[in-house]
Amino acid sequence: MRDVSIIGIGQTVVGEHWDKSLRELGYYALASAMKDAKLERIDALYVGNAHSGALSNQENVGAMIADFAGLRGVEALKIEAAGASAAAAMRMGYIAVAGGLCDFVACVGVEKMTDQQPSTQEMALAMAGDGDYEAMQGLTTVSLNALLMRRYMHEHGYGKGDFAHFAVNAHANAVNNPFAMYRMNISPKQFAEAKPLSDPISMFDSSPVADGAACVILAPSALAKEFTDRPVRVRASAVATDTIGLHDRRDLLALDAAAWSAQKAYASAGIGPDDIDLFELHDGFTIMSALSLEAAGFAARGRGVGLALDGEIRLGGRIPITTMGGMKARGNPAGASGLYQIVEAALQLRGEAGANQVANARLAMTQNIGGSGATVITSILEGETWK
Amino acid sequence: MEVARFWRTNKQRYQLVGEECPHCQAKIFPPRDVCPSCEKEAKVPYVFSGKGEVFSFSTLHQAPAGFERYAPYTVALVKLSEGPMVTAQLTDVDAGDVKIGMPVEMVTRVLREDGERGMLVYGYKFRPSN
Ligand SMILES: [Zn+2]
Repeated sequence: MRDVSIIGIGQTVVGEHWDKSLRELGYYALASAMKDAKLERIDALYVGNAHSGALSNQENVGAMIADFAGLRGVEALKIEAAGASAAAAMRMGYIAVAGGLCDFVACVGVEKMTDQQPSTQEMALAMAGDGDYEAMQGLTTVSLNALLMRRYMHEHGYGKGDFAHFAVNAHANAVNNPFAMYRMNISPKQFAEAKPLSDPISMFDSSPVADGAACVILAPSALAKEFTDRPVRVRASAVATDTIGLHDRRDLLALDAAAWSAQKAYASAGIGPDDIDLFELHDGFTIMSALSLEAAGFAARGRGVGLALDGEIRLGGRIPITTMGGMKARGNPAGASGLYQIVEAALQLRGEAGANQVANARLAMTQNIGGSGATVITSILEGETWK
Repeated sequence: MEVARFWRTNKQRYQLVGEECPHCQAKIFPPRDVCPSCEKEAKVPYVFSGKGEVFSFSTLHQAPAGFERYAPYTVALVKLSEGPMVTAQLTDVDAGDVKIGMPVEMVTRVLREDGERGMLVYGYKFRPSN
């Protein structure tokens, strides 16, 4: 296997882009990453996308974006793993470059969600769960996460207000991210008074539906320096899965697949959670942030919310998370979010995170989740700037 | 309309027909043909009692397409007395009265009306029991 590095990154502003189509968003992120890498041709394009069929009446998105980008003839495929689609595209790119099959691969995550009504969006998002035994009963992604959050509060004795710090931190970090959807601070009081969506989840526990696209260019590390002064090495890439339905979990509050994929990633990088300088976790809902911190080894069972209460998730804390706003405040274009995480981690490792720069950041971890924990993809990235 | 798709799970939705593993006697719902406990083949039908208790619950306000007219409604994870967990709506109860640990029993209700001509899909919901 060859070492793999990120030589270019690109992203669009996350938001409600009524004037931009799926293909335009995908192309803008791709073109911006290719420009960043000063690259004119790629060997393959992997497009992560979760909802183009249900929300844009469009499949075959790999070919569509390659065509629109003028890359006629190139290998191009859409990769789908619900909310983990973008990290899955990154995983395919990693396999192709590490395995020596391709030298230059673009991994794009793109999602176009805001053309549709909320009820249609909920129906599409619910396809990430068990169609016959969750969606059939009228469950939504929000309500599945609410079942997790209610049980977590019951077992570990937290109140709803204790979850505020995940949202407050995300919004504070988004203020300084020009690509974020909601660049404003929120207070614990605003969190407490937010509109309930599916109790105990309210508007500020939940990440907003959005449009957007992000892209990284992967290359063999041996060639990376020809394209950039600041390559970011992919130290680990790991995927694990769990039951598609929440009701079938071994332990409802354990997120086994998140733990397994993190453990695989740590083992392959030869490091542990104490070595990680920042963690772009899957904060689709505040409860997912808490469970992810626990599964990835940053907090003991039931202590994920405690870590946030103690201020340890902020910039300068023990393990900064959602450093550019996360899904909560940067916005959550579902099948694109995993590559926003990777682009943001790369910005930190290149020393380009501006006011949100984590001091001396060398190792970053990203974790992208499809469904309520059914597919989990963990990446560990290392900045080569200071080598 | 997906008539065949609904028909395939009629036994599950009307009667909670799951499986019992012939190797380790684990009770399985929803049916999955490979036992989650011992990973051997399990295809022996088993009818659940429909008794259980609320493990977690939530009242949702934004329903997915097909369920809009029922919102708000309360959903739950119900731990069946035979062991497995089932995801379902609660019925015949005020949202404010639902508690974790509350005993419930299965009843058959309309789950949704599909399409303009209104094919009715029936299935299990759970209501408080004594
Ligand atoms: Zn068995």
